[in-house]
Amino acid sequence: MTRSSIRTWAIVHKWTSLACTAFLLMLCITGLPLIFHDEIDYLTEEQPVFGMPGIGSSGTSKGLLSLDDMLARALANRPGEVPLYMAFDNDQPSMTITTGPRPDSPAADMTIQSFDRSTGKLIGKVAESDGGVMHFLLKLHTDMFLGLPGMLFLGVMGIAFVAALVSGVVLYAPFMRKLDFGALRSSRSARTKWLDYHNLLGIVGLAWMLVVGLTGVINAFAVPIEKLWKANELAEMTREYAGREPLDPARYGSLDTAMAAARAKLPDNNPQFIAFPGGTFSSNHHYAVFFQGDSPLTERLLTPALIDAETGRFTDARQMPWYYQALSLSRPLHFGDYGGLPLKLLWAALTLFTMHVLGTGLYLWLARGRTSSPAQARSPAAIAEPAE
Amino acid sequence: MTRPRSLRAIFAWPLAIFGIGLAGLVVALTGDGWRDAASWAALSAPVAAVFWAMRTRRT
Repeated sequence: MTRSSIRTWAIVHKWTSLACTAFLLMLCITGLPLIFHDEIDYLTEEQPVFGMPGIGSSGTSKGLLSLDDMLARALANRPGEVPLYMAFDNDQPSMTITTGPRPDSPAADMTIQSFDRSTGKLIGKVAESDGGVMHFLLKLHTDMFLGLPGMLFLGVMGIAFVAALVSGVVLYAPFMRKLDFGALRSSRSARTKWLDYHNLLGIVGLAWMLVVGLTGVINAFAVPIEKLWKANELAEMTREYAGREPLDPARYGSLDTAMAAARAKLPDNNPQFIAFPGGTFSSNHHYAVFFQGDSPLTERLLTPALIDAETGRFTDARQMPWYYQALSLSRPLHFGDYGGLPLKLLWAALTLFTMHVLGTGLYLWLARGRTSSPAQARSPAAIAEPAE
Repeated sequence: MTRPRSLRAIFAWPLAIFGIGLAGLVVALTGDGWRDAASWAALSAPVAAVFWAMRTRRT
């Protein structure tokens, strides 16, 4: 690599890092407890006693109450509201029903009720606007309480982070030309010592940092991805309904009839959730039943079956497009919640690595004047050749 | 003064740890049981590398 190309990469590394460091540190700090949100919820919330423990609400086991029955119970608690979502669990009979004042109510106006589908009992209720420390951390982590602009901004910070990682790898080569892998010159100046730690932790954590960074970016663009699907694939699937008046919630037909029609088309799969007409995930006239795949790998890849919400007749079912599948796979790969507690602990360890790399990077920039010769300090290329 | 290392020598270990880490991230997505255990082993590599460096490569 020539001196001038090293200098260019050093400039890229410096500015992309400086742009994102403060936000990335915030994301790491808020992300750490979020890794363990299931465990924290489990410890801090009372655990419901299910009527049929271990029976998934997404299945068709005998003894599970009908969907129409469950919906009636939810709506009885929220008079005047309309159903928005119904979501299922594969492992327990718990399910959630989301309602709101209007079919297109924003998330802030929604109320989520949890039920036991084997007994019909309400096991919890949260308004989307309700607080709690974990909810606060999640909002800070996803959009800093700024809504869509906040999400997109953090997505751009993620892109800067990925650029910093790539440029960091390029710069790793000239730094390590005269050093063994893993060299930590801790008896030299503080700057040399922290430079070696920066390089080592950055390079060994690279795979994880790249994957969590890139999937974070994809998650940050979830809203435009969902809108794109609705405008393209969903619009095409429901073309014959285009231009019709939105279906009045009073005319919604039986959910169980709709579910039976959907299951007839995708017999081996279980639903993850139902989106009601008028929301982000459906047309103005359909129950969209989102089915999971039938193997662990395809479980996260959804196929919506659209059922006319008035007549209960099947309209269409198509796999989600590749860009939506990418979003679906980005969730576990970003959250680290797909391989048990040991994976979460490693997720936390690698988050600490990232914070260390960000912190040492910031230190190296602040201490950039403290090299042996002033000429070296001024030249970005010179910092790429600290080895003697 | 030590002889400059080739790119291959510089990136041998980083590339191995990168590949193992990537495989570990993906394998746990494909199922449970041994696949989860494999992902734990794979993602321990970066942590193990740092402990190893602190014990043997610190000067």
